[in-house]
Amino acid sequence: MTARELALQLGAQFPGLVSAPAEFRGEITLRVAEAERMPEVCAAAKAELGFDYLVDMTSVDNYGQDPRFTVVYHLYSYRHHCWLRLKTAVSEEQSELPTVTGVWRTADWHEREIYDMMGLRFRGHPDLRRILMWEGYPYFPLRKDFPLAGRPSDVPEVAFTGAAPLEGGPFVTTAGGADAAAREPRARTPESEPPRD
Amino acid sequence: MQRSTELGYNSKVEGDVIVTRRSAALNWLRRGLEGGMNWGRKNSLWPMPMGLACCAIELMGTGASRYDISRFGAEVMRFSPRQSDVMIVSGTVTYKMARVVQRLFEQMPEPKWVIAMGACASTGGMYRSYAVLQGIDRLLPVDVYVGGCPPRPEALLDALMKLQDKVAGEPSLATLKRVA
Repeated sequence: MTARELALQLGAQFPGLVSAPAEFRGEITLRVAEAERMPEVCAAAKAELGFDYLVDMTSVDNYGQDPRFTVVYHLYSYRHHCWLRLKTAVSEEQSELPTVTGVWRTADWHEREIYDMMGLRFRGHPDLRRILMWEGYPYFPLRKDFPLAGRPSDVPEVAFTGAAPLEGGPFVTTAGGADAAAREPRARTPESEPPRD
Repeated sequence: MQRSTELGYNSKVEGDVIVTRRSAALNWLRRGLEGGMNWGRKNSLWPMPMGLACCAIELMGTGASRYDISRFGAEVMRFSPRQSDVMIVSGTVTYKMARVVQRLFEQMPEPKWVIAMGACASTGGMYRSYAVLQGIDRLLPVDVYVGGCPPRPEALLDALMKLQDKVAGEPSLATLKRVA
C-alpha cells in the first residue's frame, strides 16, 4: 500500500480529526486537529497501518502566529515501506500535549529534546528532563524570540552561559551569488539588502 | 714523535674566570640548574588530550606515525590530569563542558601549560551561539593559540615547539614552591 492510501485510511478512521492528505514532492502530510488526541491517532497508525517506526519528532515555532507551535511526527512503515508525516498545533497558552512514548518508546528522547529546546511539556512522559542543556538552565533556546547570541545565566557548580559577541552579525552567506564578494558572509538585515524585483 | 700537551688551566690564554663573588657564583649555578630543569621539562611535555571535537582527529594524526609528536617528547598522552603537563584543548568547548575542562585543568599538577588548538578553542570559532564558550581563555590561562579549522598537524607541532621555547625561558627555580 502507498502512503496516500494509508493516509486516506487513517483519515477515514478519524473523520474530522485527521485532515485530507497533502502531498508535496511525493511526501504525504496529515494534520491532526487536536493535539490532545495525538496518542490515539499514533496508536492506530502503528497498530493498524503498520507505521512501526517513529523516525523523528520535532517542533516548529511559528512566532507571531496563533497557535504558536507545531509538533511534527515522521513515521515510517517497515511493512509498507513508506513514510507519513503528522502535524499538530499547540498554542502558547497550552504548551502541553500528551506523550506518545506509550506508542513508540523512542519518543522518549525526542520529546525530551522538544521540551529542552522549545519548552513544550509532554503529559505522561516517564522522565521529562532536559536532554542537551542542564537542569536549571532558564531558557528554551530554539524559540524564535531567543537571541542567537544567547543570554547570560549561571547554575553554580554546574554550568554558566554568556552572550556571544556577534559584532553586528549573524553573518550570512548568499549561496549562488554572482562573485566571491557577493557570496562572502555579511550581516544581512532587511534594510541592508538591495531591493529585489 | 711526542707532542707536548698542556693539561693545566692557562689563564694567560683562557682568561681569568676565577669567581670571586658569591652572588655571581650562585647565579651561574642557578642558570645551570634552571637550564637543566627546563631542558628536562620541555623535552618531556606529557599532554592531556582534551579532545572535544574534530580538532581531536588532527591531534590523533599528530600523535600517529606520519607526524609523530614523539620527536618532540610529547607522545605520552595521559588520560589522567594528574599525570599531565600540558592540556591541549582541541575542539569546541560547550558551556556544558566548560566547567569540566576547568576542573580537569585544576587537577593537573604544577607546572602546567595550555594549548588552545583550533578556532573554536581559541575564540569559539564559527559558533557564535548560546551553547558555546567563546574561547577557553575565559577560563584557563592559555600559553599558545593555534589557528585553523582544524589546524594541520604541522601547526600543532609548531605550537608545541613554541611552547618548548617558552618553557626553556621560564624562571622555574623562582617559581618553585618552598616546602616547609
